[in-house]
Amino acid sequence: MANLLLSPLEKMYILHGVRDDCRSDGRTNIDYRPMELETDVVSHASGSARLRLANTDILVGVKTEIDLPNNDQPGYGKLEFFVDCSANATPEFEGRGGEQLANSISNMMQKAYQSSDAFDLKQLCIFEGKQCWKLYIDILILECGGNLCDAVSLAVKAALYNTRLPSVKTALLDGGNVDLQLSDDPYDNKLLNVDLAPLLVTLCKIGDKFVVDPSAEEENCSVISLIVGATGNKTNYNIDNKKNESCTDSKCTTIVMNGSGSLAPKTLKNAIKQGIEAVQFLDQALGQALLRERRENVTMKKYSYGFLK
Amino acid sequence: MPAADLLSSQGLRLDGRRANELRRIRCKLGVFTQPDGSAYLEQGNTKVLAAVYGPHQASKSKSSSDGVVVNCQYSMATFSTGERKNRPRGDRKSQEISLHLRQALTAAIKTELYPRSQIDIYVEVLQADGGTFCAGVNAATLALIDAGIPLRAYVCACSASMAWGARPQPLVDVPHVEEAAGGVVLTVASLPNTGSTALLEMSHKLHMDYFKMVFSSAVQGCRDIEVILDRAVRDHLAEGWTEQDTVTV
Repeated sequence: MANLLLSPLEKMYILHGVRDDCRSDGRTNIDYRPMELETDVVSHASGSARLRLANTDILVGVKTEIDLPNNDQPGYGKLEFFVDCSANATPEFEGRGGEQLANSISNMMQKAYQSSDAFDLKQLCIFEGKQCWKLYIDILILECGGNLCDAVSLAVKAALYNTRLPSVKTALLDGGNVDLQLSDDPYDNKLLNVDLAPLLVTLCKIGDKFVVDPSAEEENCSVISLIVGATGNKTNYNIDNKKNESCTDSKCTTIVMNGSGSLAPKTLKNAIKQGIEAVQFLDQALGQALLRERRENVTMKKYSYGFLK
Repeated sequence: MPAADLLSSQGLRLDGRRANELRRIRCKLGVFTQPDGSAYLEQGNTKVLAAVYGPHQASKSKSSSDGVVVNCQYSMATFSTGERKNRPRGDRKSQEISLHLRQALTAAIKTELYPRSQIDIYVEVLQADGGTFCAGVNAATLALIDAGIPLRAYVCACSASMAWGARPQPLVDVPHVEEAAGGVVLTVASLPNTGSTALLEMSHKLHMDYFKMVFSSAVQGCRDIEVILDRAVRDHLAEGWTEQDTVTV
């Protein structure tokens, strides 16, 4: 991350704030900073989203391509994550400087989306064993203000929610080769089911307590952080908003520990529990925002802001 | 001859503009907080972000005692083009554009003021629809102004092409469809205030008789862009100031 210089006194101030559950910007330990989300910002991509979490700015574009399915998974599509750390965020990322961070984030996303409980790759199948959709999820990091993983996972889920796959009109089978005809009508398309797509939550251990959504300064004070990824909840993305009784619990899809410190088993267990609770809260907020935007889109009330706001 | 029907019989282009009309330009200064200066610029469907860091101390190898070292990096988001790009930067085209950006912007920056220092300018294309270099130069100018770096003049870039109908006519601000049609594309970066040209690049062939026509239409485009950028800068600076403030200050 961007190099940030903090004096021992400044660190002490942050540490005491976390201990007393009142952080330097007035939040409690479980509060998130304000977020701005807009989908459909890049017209050349099939789906896109821009998320700004305080100073962290993420732009995600999803591009689709027709590909051959893997031999061992004939009925499944493919997902590929690519992270680009733009030099706009910090001059350190110039050239190939951001590659290490980019790889670690894309690996983490790949792991979180790997389970079929998190994202159903079957919906990307066109013709079993012959053709499938491959989604390129390109993540562009434009500014780093701490808590990249959470912001990236939120933006990716929003972009996937916004992704439209063109409908397949006809498929001709000609001597083993499949010839697909895609619909030309931009409104004739299929949306993806991303209700269960996972969100990541970073928990930073500062002193004896864990905080969510650490700012860049707080990340600097922490010796160890825990990233918990858990699946979303279907009921959050239902338009009729009926609370089903069969509400499934979030399942943990990935856990990563970063940093030089270590954790006792009991603290670890508590932290994971806290992380899953935070995921459920975030997922609910994201679901509400996405549903509202879709409603505005249908009623033609949506105004496109992009970066001009 | 290619590009025969770029202009309809009514004098309208493929996107509905007249030959001398620019695409809509919308811009904003100061979009990010971490860089010293930043700007976002939309020129039609081309969308560009620029960030400026510096002037700060130059690394030993780059340092020059004559003036500031201008370091430019141009990159395109992988989802910015119709076909997905594999690499955002490092390919030949973006390296060449980085060099051109540097040349155009160094002409405007008062380099002699900051010896042994460095200014980093990063341009990121979010959506490409022709004229990405021009949009990059225009956005970088705004970012430099936002960073408070002394400039000799605004540096604006504009491209121009040629329509070969019954009567040859230059086309200003070339979008992707016209670039792809295979006609001439002349890219000019100029300092409209002083009337000088900082960078000129032409692809494909053009008879010298027509050069002046295309060149002057590109320069006119630069002048028009300067007016738009200047208004954006003034609006940005006036933002948040009420009349009361100006009285008390």
